Amino acid sequence: MATAASTARLAVVLVDAQRGVVPQTARHMRISALFGVRSAVLAVNKMELVQWDRSVFEAIRVRFREIAHELGVSGVGAIPLSALTGDNLTRPAEDAPWHEGPTLLSHLEAFDPGESAPGESASGQPFRMAVQYVNRPSHHFRGYCGRVAAGTVAVGDAVRVWPAGTESRVESIAFGEGFRDRARRGDSVTLTLAPEVDVVRGDLLAAADAPIEVSDQFRGRLVWMDGQPLAVGRSYVMKAHTREVDATVTRIRHRLDPLTGQELAAPTLRLNDLGTVNLAASRPLPFAPFEESRELGGFILIDRTTNATAAAGIIDHPLRRAANLEWQDFDVSKRVRARMKLQRPHCVWLTGLSASGKTTIANLLDRRLTSGGGHTYVLDGDNVRHGLCRDLGFTEADRVENIRRVAEVARLMVDAGLIVIVAFISPFRSERAFARSLFEPGEFTEVFVDASLEACSGRDPKGLYAKALRGEIANFTGVDSPYERPEDPDIRLDTERLTPEECVEMLAELLDRGGPASAGDG
Amino acid sequence: MSGSGEPFDAWLAELESEAIEILREGVAVAARPVMLYSIGKDSSVLLRLARKAFWPGPPPFPLLHIDTTWKFREMISFRDRTASETGMELRVHTNEDGVRAGVTPFSHGSELYTDIMKTAALRQALDAGAHDVIFGGGRRDEEGSRAKERVFSPRSATHQWDPKTQRPEVWKLYNTRLQRGESLRVSPLSNWTEADVWRYIRAEEIPVVSLYYAAERPVVEREGRWIVVDDDRMPLRPGERPRLRRIRFRTLGCYPLTAAVESEAGTLDEIIAETLAADSSERQGRLIDHDGDGSMERKKREGYF
Repeated sequence: MATAASTARLAVVLVDAQRGVVPQTARHMRISALFGVRSAVLAVNKMELVQWDRSVFEAIRVRFREIAHELGVSGVGAIPLSALTGDNLTRPAEDAPWHEGPTLLSHLEAFDPGESAPGESASGQPFRMAVQYVNRPSHHFRGYCGRVAAGTVAVGDAVRVWPAGTESRVESIAFGEGFRDRARRGDSVTLTLAPEVDVVRGDLLAAADAPIEVSDQFRGRLVWMDGQPLAVGRSYVMKAHTREVDATVTRIRHRLDPLTGQELAAPTLRLNDLGTVNLAASRPLPFAPFEESRELGGFILIDRTTNATAAAGIIDHPLRRAANLEWQDFDVSKRVRARMKLQRPHCVWLTGLSASGKTTIANLLDRRLTSGGGHTYVLDGDNVRHGLCRDLGFTEADRVENIRRVAEVARLMVDAGLIVIVAFISPFRSERAFARSLFEPGEFTEVFVDASLEACSGRDPKGLYAKALRGEIANFTGVDSPYERPEDPDIRLDTERLTPEECVEMLAELLDRGGPASAGDG
Repeated sequence: MSGSGEPFDAWLAELESEAIEILREGVAVAARPVMLYSIGKDSSVLLRLARKAFWPGPPPFPLLHIDTTWKFREMISFRDRTASETGMELRVHTNEDGVRAGVTPFSHGSELYTDIMKTAALRQALDAGAHDVIFGGGRRDEEGSRAKERVFSPRSATHQWDPKTQRPEVWKLYNTRLQRGESLRVSPLSNWTEADVWRYIRAEEIPVVSLYYAAERPVVEREGRWIVVDDDRMPLRPGERPRLRRIRFRTLGCYPLTAAVESEAGTLDEIIAETLAADSSERQGRLIDHDGDGSMERKKREGYF
């Protein structure tokens, strides 16, 4: 339904004459409107079952008009019909002489989509194109492939590359197997620029005199499409035009009642829910509000663990915070600080069940590194919860926020030139992936401290498993809250077979070699 | 852009730009892309689009043909000629286990034959090439189970297709993320119809195998279908004698499994007129689509394209 609406110009709203406008009718009209469908035709089916009663039809039409009006959709027609007999579907209904309009088929054939969707007006829009692919068949040719999202572009035009803001000119436009002088909205082209500037997939090219907006904080509206509900604070992959960034929903402003349009408070969004949210992205995103451009203002959120498309959304506008808050680059860089300390800043992330041995290993590793002259710090689950994360409990949402804070603190410490050892249960794959995403390649080592649940509950130094099994602690990892085992850790330490000293030996050896050979986005 | 001055209308231009966008998106995210080349009209269109998408360079992937050894002879010569003209690498794979076991459409039945010589062969070739993005010429108007297919369709590490885990595709935002070992089947022609394909072939003057044009050919009638006797490997049933009929093909596969239609359409214009007037799918002529209920859906789950 959402898939169809995203590329449609006209919605046919099908209503059963015997049932009238039901919540699903209103929900579908809302999703269509959200995704930019500006015209709708009402088709009231099964009219033969209500004896072609005009008053039944009129009552439904009034309700349809109300909703369409509220959504800013032009109700371009209303047709009583019978799909069973074909009356008013393909030929006029003899039983409804009171209906003077066309049949549904002739209505669809006569519909003129015109400029009915956001950003479709053919003229007057400045040039915009997201770079999809950099084509380098030889060192004589470097072309930027993409589909023109708005306006026209001609050889010689001045353009800027966003988010960098660098300026260049269009040197040539390849289209098909040849060159041409200009291209317009909808054309898949390859542009070359002179002078050469740095351009990668995910950048936006825009007319030089019409800058594009760049932000990392947005207000947007979502349709949730996944069985797994939205977790505020969880890191998702946000794909907008050709750019993928990490993004979190920082706040659900409200959920929309599909029938009444009322704004309701909501802790989460579930399958098929519509909601308005604040979003924070890890990197700046060049974009256009959806009202201006379907191509540059729509996005999807992807679950990092399952790769499912969890939501489709639109950007309403940027939030001001991002515009004013920029990451400050100071003259004394991480490299300078690292050189002073004669070490490679690094984050060693220990994950595993409670009592698996994380704290023991962290402590031994810390002693070993400092005795060798290293500058280190240990972030331990229990200690951090006393202060930085004192306000957080153990629900899934709080655990997500807990890890986010710790990962951000670890990043600051690595930026300060330190070797940070993090010892946290960190049960969810998506949060560990998020933590990794904050660091540069090779700067992060995921260590799976592995011991079976039986072994851990047998050790139970703090008596926590016993309490959890008696039901005195809720949401205890491994007992009534899941632990997602790392599928591809940089190193796995089996603490049932190895002593803590042997574990640290293996770990230190890996770090001495320069950490994990390559850092995927795991 | 149009070589012959035939009408290249706004709709064909939209389909062309969309298909090029899909090809580039696939290549942009792929480590080891490949294009399935089946020699038919759709493959010919896809190949032209790929050349446009990556011009002035050649398409940055090889062509893969699954050769069952039962294709029409003319298809094979057309394939080799086309590949050498494009300068692209052509990889041909045949399931040699199947050949050694003597699997033919006649000895093993169309269903088992297709499983072994097409589906299993494709899996072998994709595994050998470790391909993560696989372009094909499938269209939604061909057959029921393809109607709900996505443009970017994820497959498991064992090439299984799970209709339940298909991802919604909104706007042109394709979710291309994969776990290790998974792959994407990508269909740039998803939104094309049979008539669009022929109109594009006319506008772009794309060469196609002459079997698509009506001509007198030797046929036998089996279960109400016209089967061309392409070589002497086809065992004739008692009383069967090939006779000449004026026929053409709407779709091309293995000759014993592909039925022809009686037709007078000897030119592109006549083919387009015939296609627009047709009230059945071109795959009507594919015997393997009728191997029991939900036959195509089951083949797809097992890895058929």
